[in-house]
Amino acid sequence: MSTFKQHSVLPGFNLALGFTLIYLSLIVLIPLSAAFIRTFELTWAEFWAVVTSPRVVASYRLTFGASFAAALVNAAFGLLVAWVLVRYRFPGKKMVDAMVDLPFALPTAVAGIALTAIYAGNGWIGQFLEPLGIKIAFTPIGIFVALTFIGLPFVVRTVQPVLEDIESELEEAAAMLGANRLQTFSRIILPTVFPALMTGFALAFARAIGEYGSVIFIAGNMPMISEITPLLIITKLEQYDYAGATALAVVMLVISFVLLLIINLLQWWGRRRSASA
Amino acid sequence: MSAVALPVSSGTRRVRATHEAAWVRVTLIAVALAFLTLFLFVPLIAIFYEALKKGVDVYVAAITDPDAVAAIKLTLTAAAIAVPLNLIFGVAAAWAIAKFEFRGKNLLTTLIDLPFAVSPVVSGLIYVLIFGLQGWLGPWLAQHDIKIIFAVSGIVLATIFVTVPFIARELIPLMQAQGTEEEEAAVVLGANGWQTFFRVTLPNIKWGLLYGTILCNARAMGEFGAVSVVSGHIRGMTNTLPLHVEILYNEYNFAAAFAVASLLALLALVTLALKTFVESSNKQHKENAGEH
Repeated sequence: MSTFKQHSVLPGFNLALGFTLIYLSLIVLIPLSAAFIRTFELTWAEFWAVVTSPRVVASYRLTFGASFAAALVNAAFGLLVAWVLVRYRFPGKKMVDAMVDLPFALPTAVAGIALTAIYAGNGWIGQFLEPLGIKIAFTPIGIFVALTFIGLPFVVRTVQPVLEDIESELEEAAAMLGANRLQTFSRIILPTVFPALMTGFALAFARAIGEYGSVIFIAGNMPMISEITPLLIITKLEQYDYAGATALAVVMLVISFVLLLIINLLQWWGRRRSASA
Repeated sequence: MSAVALPVSSGTRRVRATHEAAWVRVTLIAVALAFLTLFLFVPLIAIFYEALKKGVDVYVAAITDPDAVAAIKLTLTAAAIAVPLNLIFGVAAAWAIAKFEFRGKNLLTTLIDLPFAVSPVVSGLIYVLIFGLQGWLGPWLAQHDIKIIFAVSGIVLATIFVTVPFIARELIPLMQAQGTEEEEAAVVLGANGWQTFFRVTLPNIKWGLLYGTILCNARAMGEFGAVSVVSGHIRGMTNTLPLHVEILYNEYNFAAAFAVASLLALLALVTLALKTFVESSNKQHKENAGEH
């Protein structure tokens, strides 16, 4: 026991840890392991055939492509929004700051139908784009729009605290040594916030890959063109193809775990950076 | 303070070396606000506009429809079960992780975050694999006439799964930062475990706890993907509010879909308002305590 846990005078360790482990096992770990165990009902060849069929591969390409593009846009604009919120004053700033979290608080289905209404051919924004030959709703671009909405808070909320903590002495020193603002930004500020920026990017990307609710309304859901991987899982489930659905779920779980690992490494990197600074 | 007036060299205001020129500032603010308007404010306004487009009567009819009322009740029920359970879990997990040193602590912290990393669709699927007709417990459940998938219990389970981390991840860093000295002092002075928790720990973490609970509740009421997989979409029976929005929308009943959606949007706005209030109260609390 002594090697497992350091001595403490505080009570309740066994009860708290025991409850935590039982609850986590029953709700999270055992159900998740079910997905992995159930795939063993397929042979390796069958599994491989399911997860590399053309329709599935097209869905990966779409899911990853749209998620990557959305996370990239969020990285750029998220950094800008965080900068503006930390450094400048303008009317309504407090309200804007609070509203950044709207995509966390708004149910995804609601976001999905709202974005579809706006970007459809007769919608507020869609009506101006359609004469230009740009279709957003019911195309892969619509998926990108929905995923940008969903991922918006991540970069802002990871970069914001780091920007707040930057010591003004560093920037003053840079200015004294003759750097202009752009040089100070690219040589001092950007390297400091870079781990946080990458973390926010990875969080937005990971969230986008699994996203379902906001996407299905705006996507059009055409096989090979605008069908995301989570929707394919549902399609297979509705056709009682449990093995196929589970195989795809396992692929998505493995990707999620790898991303979670990368995010943890990025956060550790960021903490080490700020500790050494 | 000596009042030495520095000579101002010219009439124009000088830009400080650590600040941007005014035109850069204005441009950056404008671009940021344009982006947020396009992606946040326009969709939010669109929900209420579409909901009220056909008049207040249609709106009221949509949200007082028996199926809508049943959906509201189910959503409240699921949240009323999921949030307290995850609250107890969050406090227990944070107590173990933040107040004690033991092996495997980092692994446990990562495992608690798992549901955030999993796609909502997969979260629903794993429960189908266990409790569905084809699932591990399916045949046994069918024999005993217990329904979990396509029933309320499945919806509650899926809701619990997707909201597991909220309160724990809010409390763990908070309680870690607060250390164990106050609790140790209480124990040394003769308080038992529960007294220590309720009189010493709880007052210290109440804002974090409230914050986590608000976020947990918003997600519990708004979850779509996971609940959709286990629900079976039986109107008036296993339809939560977000699922009801989907059904109405797919029936091209847009005004009603947006009317029900506007309830969820209001919930989101209340959540954000509460969250902002809790954040500022917490900040004040910290400042009053004289920076620790």
